[in-house]
Amino acid sequence: MTLLNQKYASVEDAIAMIPDGASIMVGGFGSPGTPFALLDELLAQGQKGLTLIKNDANEPDIGIGRLIRAGRVDRLITSHIGLNRVAIEEMNQGRLAVEMYPQGILVEKIRCAGAGHLGFLTDIGLETEIARQRREIELNGQTCAIEPAINADFALIHADIADTYGNLAYRGTAINFNPLMAMAADSVIAQAYQVVSPGELKPEAVHTPCAFVNRVVQVDPASSEQGIRAHAV
Amino acid sequence: MPSDQERILARAAREILPGQIVNLGIGLPTRLFHYMPDDLEVLVHSENGVLGCQPLADGSTPDYEMIDSGGAYIGTRPGASVFDSALSFAMIRRSRVDVTFMGAFEVDEQGNLANWKIPGKFSPGIGGAMELAQKVEKLVVLCSHNDKHGNSKILKQCRLPLTAPRCVSLIVTEKAVMEVTDEGLVVRDIAEGLDVATLRAATEAELIIDESRIGRF
Repeated sequence: MTLLNQKYASVEDAIAMIPDGASIMVGGFGSPGTPFALLDELLAQGQKGLTLIKNDANEPDIGIGRLIRAGRVDRLITSHIGLNRVAIEEMNQGRLAVEMYPQGILVEKIRCAGAGHLGFLTDIGLETEIARQRREIELNGQTCAIEPAINADFALIHADIADTYGNLAYRGTAINFNPLMAMAADSVIAQAYQVVSPGELKPEAVHTPCAFVNRVVQVDPASSEQGIRAHAV
Repeated sequence: MPSDQERILARAAREILPGQIVNLGIGLPTRLFHYMPDDLEVLVHSENGVLGCQPLADGSTPDYEMIDSGGAYIGTRPGASVFDSALSFAMIRRSRVDVTFMGAFEVDEQGNLANWKIPGKFSPGIGGAMELAQKVEKLVVLCSHNDKHGNSKILKQCRLPLTAPRCVSLIVTEKAVMEVTDEGLVVRDIAEGLDVATLRAATEAELIIDESRIGRF
């Protein structure tokens, strides 16, 4: 684990830890919670052969959409990519391997890894086509499917406020997958709009305790992109 | 005359009761917000992780970290909370959401629902629909009665991959309101001006109709 006083880093140095072929969890549901500045640095540094784990594929020209378009991603583990026509095309052409799970199953596989478990049992999806790829067992007379946990080498996290020890606080619906992924990856790089000294975040305001976080970088809120209001009412 | 969609929405909105926790699916169901009276005390759940969301008032500045699962910027009402996505799905799987509204490609006599995949044509992923369909006590389907070629979407048996089996409680189309029962689809209401023979002709599924007890909408 990284020492408390060695976590505050530049975005360049933090992303330089990631090698080709890494598996990377990426926070965010649509734009909120997506660590755009970290992803753009990953694009700039050129790592390739990546496996990404993210709820969605953002949109073609933002976030992980840029990495997919640049051909850096071999495999995507996700729940819905309907807003990214490039990702759908790459999948249909066989250039991007896509593994899809129901959203609550995906996030639970991540939560489970973060809690130090190997998997969980569920009745979600029995008698549907997703059941074909799973092992089922009987437990107390009930059929359940085995869902293995999902780990990753890295997680890229977006927080609202961090301290230099790596304590994180999220805001609004930017929470989404972030605190779960921050527990499930071996190395966790968090970006925050504001990085403060230890003690400035009240203990009860911390969502992700610093023990799970390896690097903290400060980013400008202007580096975030909002995406389209695809289904705006 | 209301449009078909307005007729569906106005009728479906009557299924929302004061005090409930409600989930509105992407697309047509999200427009139910505009059919709920301002003083109706309900909390709308969105599966990315918010309970108590509401549309932004016209002209107000969006908070870019506040969206619903359809990607629209939202506000919150008194009593709202935000939480992570694992907790959001725990709320769904533990049936703490009272009623959910969804669209459909196909729905059938047993209450099976298909609304996420057309093999070879449309497979963006299922998102949160499977768990909502399987675990929310009351699932109301809002859809057009027939597809653009005129084929019935209300079938004897779904042909597309299921979102969940035996999950639908009520189907609201522009032609009828149908309740899924152990006996089959019982027609509760028929659209103003539509007769039973025309409804039956437009529907593949067997419909149970007691003409003395039909409502109009």
